[in-house]
Amino acid sequence: MSQHDCNTCSAHAELARMGVTLDRIDRVVALAGNPNTGKSTLFNALTGLKQHTGNWPGKTVTRAEGAFEFDKVRYKLVDLPGTYSLLSASHDEQIARDFLLFGDPDATIVVIDATAIERNLNLVLQVLEITSRVVVAVNLMDEAKRKHLDVDIRSLSRDLGVPAVGITARTGDGIRSLLEAVAGVSSGELHTVPLRVTGTPAFHRAISELVPLIESVAPGVPNARWIAIRLLDGDAEVEEALTSGRLAGLAADQQESAPRFSAKISLQGTQ
Amino acid sequence: MPRAEAAAVLRRAAELRATLDSQFRDETVKSIYAEAERIASRASHHVGTVRYDFDQRVDRIVTSPVFGLPLMALLLAVVFWLTVAGANVPSAMLATGFFWVEDQAATLFTNIGAPWWVTGFIWHGVFRGLAWVVSVMLPPMAIFFPLFTMLEDLGYLPRVAFNLDFLFKRAGAHGKQALTMAMGFGCNAAGIISTRVIDSPRERLVAILTNNFVPCNGRFPTLILLATIFVGPLVPSAFESLAAAGAVVGVVIIGVIFTLAVSWGLSRTVLKGEASAFTLELPPYRRPGILRILYTSLIDRTLFVLWRAALTAAPAGAVIWLLGNITVGDLSLARHIANSLNPLGHAIGLDGVILLAYIIAIPANEIVVPTLLMVYMGTGMMDEGSSLEQIRELLVNTHGWTLLTAVNLMLFSLLHNPCATTIITMYKETLSLKWTVVGTLLPLGLAFLVTFLVASIW
Repeated sequence: MSQHDCNTCSAHAELARMGVTLDRIDRVVALAGNPNTGKSTLFNALTGLKQHTGNWPGKTVTRAEGAFEFDKVRYKLVDLPGTYSLLSASHDEQIARDFLLFGDPDATIVVIDATAIERNLNLVLQVLEITSRVVVAVNLMDEAKRKHLDVDIRSLSRDLGVPAVGITARTGDGIRSLLEAVAGVSSGELHTVPLRVTGTPAFHRAISELVPLIESVAPGVPNARWIAIRLLDGDAEVEEALTSGRLAGLAADQQESAPRFSAKISLQGTQ
Repeated sequence: MPRAEAAAVLRRAAELRATLDSQFRDETVKSIYAEAERIASRASHHVGTVRYDFDQRVDRIVTSPVFGLPLMALLLAVVFWLTVAGANVPSAMLATGFFWVEDQAATLFTNIGAPWWVTGFIWHGVFRGLAWVVSVMLPPMAIFFPLFTMLEDLGYLPRVAFNLDFLFKRAGAHGKQALTMAMGFGCNAAGIISTRVIDSPRERLVAILTNNFVPCNGRFPTLILLATIFVGPLVPSAFESLAAAGAVVGVVIIGVIFTLAVSWGLSRTVLKGEASAFTLELPPYRRPGILRILYTSLIDRTLFVLWRAALTAAPAGAVIWLLGNITVGDLSLARHIANSLNPLGHAIGLDGVILLAYIIAIPANEIVVPTLLMVYMGTGMMDEGSSLEQIRELLVNTHGWTLLTAVNLMLFSLLHNPCATTIITMYKETLSLKWTVVGTLLPLGLAFLVTFLVASIW
């Protein structure tokens, strides 16, 4: 897939890097992934910005935003902090999770490391629980090659039910195919059937019963399914958000660009 | 949204939860893992029989309990040796060029009849300040930054964190503080922002308050210059740059020791607590992108720092010129201030001029040495020239510097208060006036204490 073999796509599809020009945005794309899989490198390649990159997990501590234009559509790209999962209460996972849940991106690119697919898939599966509009970017294909790893992108795509594209963000290899997939998923032209790990039948039944209830109480909430899972988990924060009506507020917060990151460091209740 | 309805949903959720196996979520997580394993085994295969385990073999040495730390020190020494040895010649050439321009321009101004104070203010003040900053800072930075970025790109930093983890843990600090400390080598303000990777507020504050103890690139030129002209000559000339590099590494190690000691102290007093556990992935080594490194380290970092230094050096040059040329009684203002600071300066093995230079250089540490030299030289033309040997003669013969002065100045430079940008960043990240004051005065106090002790027992 790294070579460009698309016959149907527009011949004039061009990538224009728009840096921080965030006006007249048509669609919003989130960039998620494990730490150190090359999200920031891909972010820079797409937007032409110069986010600090380096080979260590945890560099991206804020939600960086940039823009690019592809095939006459303007995208806002949101680079989320790298996380291994979306379940913990740590600050970076919270930033990533809140944006995926309430920022309502038109598409989410989950960047995974071609040399460590199994570990990276845990996050992919968790993201698929939240949103179906996902494109998996299998980055570091060059490194996989160096390590004599054969990566079957088709098999990955078939199993996950969403497009997967092999890329090498550093050299720009495969980025075109990736953008075509992003264009398809974000416009809705490309229908995805995401794999959802349902767990036990009883769990499945409970979810199906709760989702319509949540939707009636909080109309327009983008991720009733995920909220149902959290309620079954007894997540106090989500329970509180639901009763206080803060769910709607959370969604509004995420629409604002460049949220304030720093907050007064409070020493209460910490170890 | 009606609360009653929401409460009903919560009740129903609780009822449903009761119908589930108590381990249902664990089961789900387990099935996620199983699913990931299944998909991955179908999607990726090793080709051939030989597993590529070069990374593991390298890591066994790089993160070994025996070789890990010495290897780190050695690597640091190599980086500084390349910096010191490589920067001398271009520094001298730049300085010669700039001062030739200063002379020519000043002569031209005089010839066309410009008033002496215009010539002095522009050329011997503002321009000289700029020239010093560029010639002293540009070459070392242009060598140090690409080398450091290369290590970062290669994936060495997480290994540093791995090697130092046990020390930070014992100090009651977060292991990721090693990463934020490494970022501080570039710039303490950037280092303080990078502490956001630390989740626990207590440990993040410890990391913020101690970030200043690694010298940023604004302070490296001072350290490198002093090491080159005072430590280098102590050994046979073949080993001069090696000794100088060793001295800089020594200062850095002292900085790390202070980081750990102060973290330990904070963790046992005002910021009590235990170190929290964390996982840090050791990423595969990656071949650094040379062109990108040159771009980011030269354009983004070197020019950025240089620009910042120039912005502060120009006004500082002007201030110094004014202080040097406005006389009250027989002496210039600069002399008056320096004389009044002299007792304090001498107590810590320095002198009043050095302290004055540090006060003028609060906006940016980069300009300490240029400020110092300009105050020493006063209003006079720079007859002494500009080579390192001539700087050394000026400092030793005319102003009575000894090895103690150099050592204490290096220590003072390592420990003293952070620059204005860092102080502002500290406030922005903590939004606390109290911690900002602590983060400013604690290092300053330590700097005075340590240099005083060294001067007393010298």
